[in-house]
Amino acid sequence: MSLLDYFKKSKASSASLAKERLQILVAHERSSRNQPSYLPQLQKELLEVIRKYVNVEQDAISVNFEQNDTQETLELNIVLPDHQTKIS
Amino acid sequence: MARIIVVTSGKGGVGKTTTSAAIAMGLAKKGHKTAVIDFDVGLRNLDLIMGCERRVVYDFVNVINGEASLNQALIRDKNCNLLYILPASQTRDKDALSQEGVGKILDELKKDFKYIVCDSPAGIEKGAHLAMYFADDAFIVTNPEVSSVRDSDRMLGILSSKSRRAEQNEEPIREYLLLSRYSPDRVKLGEMLSVDDVQEILSLHLLGVIPESKSVLNASNSGTPVILDEKSDAGQAYADIVARYLGEDRPHRFIDEKKGLFGKLFGSK
Repeated sequence: MSLLDYFKKSKASSASLAKERLQILVAHERSSRNQPSYLPQLQKELLEVIRKYVNVEQDAISVNFEQNDTQETLELNIVLPDHQTKIS
Repeated sequence: MARIIVVTSGKGGVGKTTTSAAIAMGLAKKGHKTAVIDFDVGLRNLDLIMGCERRVVYDFVNVINGEASLNQALIRDKNCNLLYILPASQTRDKDALSQEGVGKILDELKKDFKYIVCDSPAGIEKGAHLAMYFADDAFIVTNPEVSSVRDSDRMLGILSSKSRRAEQNEEPIREYLLLSRYSPDRVKLGEMLSVDDVQEILSLHLLGVIPESKSVLNASNSGTPVILDEKSDAGQAYADIVARYLGEDRPHRFIDEKKGLFGKLFGSK
C-alpha cells in the first residue's frame, strides 16, 4: 500500500454508500416483484371486512407474501387498537 | 438460426443507441448479416448515430402498416454491406407499433439475417416492451451509478416475466451486462461503483466494460459507430464485447486505471 492509498482510505467512500443503498433497495424491489398481482386488492377488501367489526386504521393491516422453493406463504397482520371504542 | 438481441437499460442516456450501433457494426464486420432496428418511435436517433439520417425514406411503422416493403425500408450501411438499418418512425402516435406487426417483421428478418439488434427506447412503455418481447439475448447497458443500476434490475424483472420466452415457458433470455461510461480512476478513489459492485448487485454475466471516452462523442458527431474507431478505447471495448459474444475468450480490459508518471511513482501496484 502506498502513502497515497492511506490518505484515500481515511475519507468515507461515496461508492460504498451507493452500493449499500442499492443492495437494500434492490433486495426490497425484487421481493415485491414476485408478489401476486391480486395482493393490493386483497388488502383493500380485507380492510373493509375488518372495519365492519373493528375500528382499525388504514396502516394497521399488512399483507406479506413470501416465497421459497417449496412453499408460498401469505402472512396477514392486523394491529388492533388498545381499547375497543366501536362497540354496538 | 437467427438471434434477436435487445439492447436495453430502463434508464435513458446510458448508451443504448451507441451500443446498438457499435455491436451491430461489429457483428457485421465479423461477417454476419445483421439488421439493427430503432424501436424509439417518435424520437428516432439510431439513423443519426449510424450516419444514414439523410437516406431515410420509409420506416418501421410504414412497414408494419403495409405502406412499404421491408426491403424498401431497410437502409444498407455505407461502411459495411452486411449491415442494414431499419429506422424508427417520427410519428407521435405511441400505438403505432403492435406486437403482431413487430412479430411479423422480425419473422421476416429472421429468414435473411443472422443477427437482429433491437435498440430499445428508455423507459418501460410500449416501445421498450416490444423491443425486448421477442429477444433471445439481452444486452443490459448500465452506468456505474445508482439510478442506472436500479433501472437495470427493474428491466431484468421485466425480461424474466413479460417476454415471449417467459410467457411460453421457453429457455429464458440470455442476459449480459455491459458496463458503460466507466472511470477506473474514480473507482480507485471510491467515487464510483466498481465492476465487482455492480455485478454483485445485478448478478449478471459481464460481457464487457466500456470506459468513459471522448471517442464516443466524436463518433456520434460524425455519424460513424465508435467501433470503427479502432484506435479508441471505447472502440476496442466494443470489439472485445462482440468477440466475447461470439464465443471468443478475451481478457477484460479498461477495468484498471491508466497510470501516469505520478501514479507509477506513488501507486501501489
